[in-house]
Amino acid sequence: MDTIKQFASEFFVTGDPLILGAQVSIGLTMVAIVFVLSYFRKWGWLWREWLTTVDHKRIGIMYVICSILMLFRGGVDALLMRTQLALPGMEFLHADHYNQIFTTHGVIMILFMAMPLMFGLFNIVIPLQIGARDVAFPFLNSLSFWLFFWGAMLFNMSFVIGGSPDAGWLAYPPLSGLEGSPGVGQNFYIWGIQISGIGSLMTGINFIVTILKMRAPGMGLMKMPMFTWSTLASCLTIILAFPILTITLFLLFMDRYFGAHFFTLDAGGNPMMYINLIWMWGHPEVYIVILPAFGIFSEIVSTFAKKTLFGYKSMVFALMSISIASFFTWAHHFFTMGSGANVNAFFAVTTMIIAIPTGVKIFNWLFTMYRGRIKFTTPMMWTISFIPCFVVGGMTGVMLSVAPADFQFHNSYFLIAHFHQVLIGGVAFGFFAGLTYWWPKMFGFKLHEGLGKWAFWLWNIGFYVCFMPQYFLGLDGMTRRMYTYDFDMGWGPLNLVSTVGGFLMGIGFLFQVWQIAHSIKFMQKDTTGDPWDGRTLEWSIPSPAPLYNFATVPTVSETDDWWATKQRRAAGVPDAPAPALEPIHMPKHSGIPFVMSFFWFVAGFGFVFDWLHFVIPGLAGVAICMLVRSFQYDTDYYIPVDEVRRTEAALRGGKA
Amino acid sequence: MLLLTAALLTGCGDAMVFDPKGPIAAQQKDLIYISMLLCVVILVPVLALTAYIVVRYRDRKDSDAPYEPTWSHNTKLEIVWWAIPIIIIAILAVVTVRYTHALEPSKPIVSEKEELVIQVTSLDWKWLFQYPEQDIATVNYLYIPEDVPVRFELTSDAPMNSFWIPQLGGQIYTMSGMAMTLYLQADEPGVYYGSGANFSGEHFADMTFFATAVPQDEFDAWVEQVKSTSEPLTVEGYDELRQPGTSHVQQFAGIPEGLFYDIVTRYVVDGQNPHAGHGASAPEAEEASDSADAAEHGHDESHAAH
Ligand code: HEM
Ligand SMILES: [Cu+2]
Ligand SMILES: [Cu+2]
Repeated sequence: MDTIKQFASEFFVTGDPLILGAQVSIGLTMVAIVFVLSYFRKWGWLWREWLTTVDHKRIGIMYVICSILMLFRGGVDALLMRTQLALPGMEFLHADHYNQIFTTHGVIMILFMAMPLMFGLFNIVIPLQIGARDVAFPFLNSLSFWLFFWGAMLFNMSFVIGGSPDAGWLAYPPLSGLEGSPGVGQNFYIWGIQISGIGSLMTGINFIVTILKMRAPGMGLMKMPMFTWSTLASCLTIILAFPILTITLFLLFMDRYFGAHFFTLDAGGNPMMYINLIWMWGHPEVYIVILPAFGIFSEIVSTFAKKTLFGYKSMVFALMSISIASFFTWAHHFFTMGSGANVNAFFAVTTMIIAIPTGVKIFNWLFTMYRGRIKFTTPMMWTISFIPCFVVGGMTGVMLSVAPADFQFHNSYFLIAHFHQVLIGGVAFGFFAGLTYWWPKMFGFKLHEGLGKWAFWLWNIGFYVCFMPQYFLGLDGMTRRMYTYDFDMGWGPLNLVSTVGGFLMGIGFLFQVWQIAHSIKFMQKDTTGDPWDGRTLEWSIPSPAPLYNFATVPTVSETDDWWATKQRRAAGVPDAPAPALEPIHMPKHSGIPFVMSFFWFVAGFGFVFDWLHFVIPGLAGVAICMLVRSFQYDTDYYIPVDEVRRTEAALRGGKA
Repeated sequence: MLLLTAALLTGCGDAMVFDPKGPIAAQQKDLIYISMLLCVVILVPVLALTAYIVVRYRDRKDSDAPYEPTWSHNTKLEIVWWAIPIIIIAILAVVTVRYTHALEPSKPIVSEKEELVIQVTSLDWKWLFQYPEQDIATVNYLYIPEDVPVRFELTSDAPMNSFWIPQLGGQIYTMSGMAMTLYLQADEPGVYYGSGANFSGEHFADMTFFATAVPQDEFDAWVEQVKSTSEPLTVEGYDELRQPGTSHVQQFAGIPEGLFYDIVTRYVVDGQNPHAGHGASAPEAEEASDSADAAEHGHDESHAAH
């Protein structure tokens, strides 16, 4: 009995009322979910329609749901930290608890919030935007999602079981090594990220092939919508950067698990190697998430200014050069590691160079609006507010890149303010804009504009109130990651202001949740499929799009092809006769991605606790799933013409 | 937002980084102002342009603003806004490269006075400062003479950290197995806040300290006072000190011979019990000091290869 007790107290994180509360509420939520699913007999539905789906639109929706949940978790982390910092000498969180929270906050926001929200938008939009019926590898797509899902589960579990990682979101050794972090938290970090990271890599490959190979006839590369271009740039960056992450974490795992010495000094290893490697992934990673946001802004600006995007070629060139240049700046994250003047000067200059194409894009967006007719819908408001926010964030980025000056900014709140400004003002606002913009395409109704504007203002005002004071705090010597500070430092008032701003953004998030709930309840069905008067192909089909997307694959002749079609129709030019319907080739649902990823989760869990009785069944399960899939030949089917005709007639109200 | 920024800027004069008390921090402040100025030169027009365009071209019924839905290309304009950031960045790049060489942290500060050497070790979770020439040591506080260049040699006997005294100059990492060099100088007497800037585990936030700059004679008096009132630091004492935990300020009259180099090299010597170096006799210490140089050198080389 005692051994069981002993085990339980080590296995479950105990002793903190906050965590106990979380454990209880997680338990209750799980019971509630099981109850609701059983009561309404929805298990079969859940399995058939969602867990086994290979439909990119549904996978996209699942990504979005997960990322909103993760935004909640990461947001609660943030508010806990801001509460602790609100006043000097605050005793709300202990040091160890605070350290865990900022670590999980960072990992969750970048890898389990921003990345899946981005993948969600890729999935929902890209095939529709290029006139394709699915992604290039639907099965792989589903596998990517479930790897992300189970990786995220594994990471989040550490909160209640075993203990969270606490060595920062990039886990520098020696702190993240076995000696610095003997607990299992760091193992959760490694395996949670590793499992979902494989999914990210596969998504990158999948969308590159989709974009290069599956575009509708006539859509040359230089006729692709800008979001598609930005996705391509982002995915190219993914496939070059993520293998570095995988290897780096694998080496860290070897160090911790097998006592290898890649990053420990004792036997000739070197922690500086890790810092170089992790940033060779880490810097491109921030561009992986911002590039698609640039794409989203381009679509929205052009739609709501009712004008063709200005400087298309410049935009494409800027996107591609940013994605390449982002691989040559990594050392700006450690100018203070004593690399010598020449190395620092080199990386300072390469970093500044990135600001050039970024600046050009800003001008192009501005001149898209110039001589346009700007409509202030919520997606457009997010876009407009992004411009000043990102310009300031980019400027402080340029200031950080001035190596000798960075000696004074590095590791301070100045840095924190910079990257939140680009990540919130750029990435988060961008994805919010995209989500609101494409929401009607996903669900067939718009989100409530009034509530959306409340959320918009709260987020924006909250952002400046929260982060502008932090620039100043950084210049006043306040370093990041300190869980408390002395009254004498005089940092109290600005921290209090900053905390208020944090909570304003929190309320903004609540408004978004309310907005979604309200819109679901009181939705007005959009029957046009084109509620914003859009310009690209996704708006030419009904919302939500039918399973096969396009009854007949469109032929593209212009950059904003749907806009051109509408112009022709308005001028009274009849549409070219639609080609005859043909049976549509579709992939079959499969449970293997879900099951296989679950086995990865089991194996990962085993690695975390060093329990072979989990590792072996887990890996065996993965292998068996692969085998089963290899011998499956019956993986596709055809939708007969009749059914397509019936669906189209129903969706378009008779005018098929 | 502009108001907020303006309010902050007026308060900026008090911020540590903008209130430098030494030549390094002063040059860094100048550099920050230069880069800020170059940024503002772009920032203000862009914000004004944004405001103008958004207001002028908003969709109103009676709008008299021109509307050109297909105007999407203008080579001249595009050349202009490729050129603007290129020029600004080019200027900033030249300035940066100059300052990067001028402010290379291991470059000695020019002065007639002879430099003071302080050996810094970041521990879990405290700072050990050794004054080899004075043969004293302190924990979590520093005394330095004003107007004298101080050569900090830095290492770590715990997860890496970063040594930062904002009013004297920017930070530098402390890493196990290598000795970094940082030159700083205080131009006037005062008490300057310092901290460990790089997260190093549980009680990282407690790694703050104060550096007190005083006139030379007061400094000498302080050294005498430390010597006469404290116990020496022994090898065993150091072993205790390096155990994880926080610490109040402490001082020691006397330090074990070659302790700093032992700390640096304990991580780089192959196939040897890491604790075997303790209590090394003089010739061994010299040997160790050689390999410490080697470690430092290797470090530079490994960076050159990046
Ligand atoms: C104009 C473009 C930009 C420039 C010149 C720039 C420059 C820099 C520099 C020099 C640093 C290192 C500062 C230090 O550690 O002391 C940094 C940190 C950072 N930047 Fe940027 N940046 C830019 C845009 C972005 C964007 C678009 C993002 C993300 C979407 C981003 C996210 C970050 C993050 C997350 C960090 C710090 C991470 C950490 O240390 O934990 N930056 N930036
Ligand atoms: Cu970077
Ligand atoms: Cu180094």
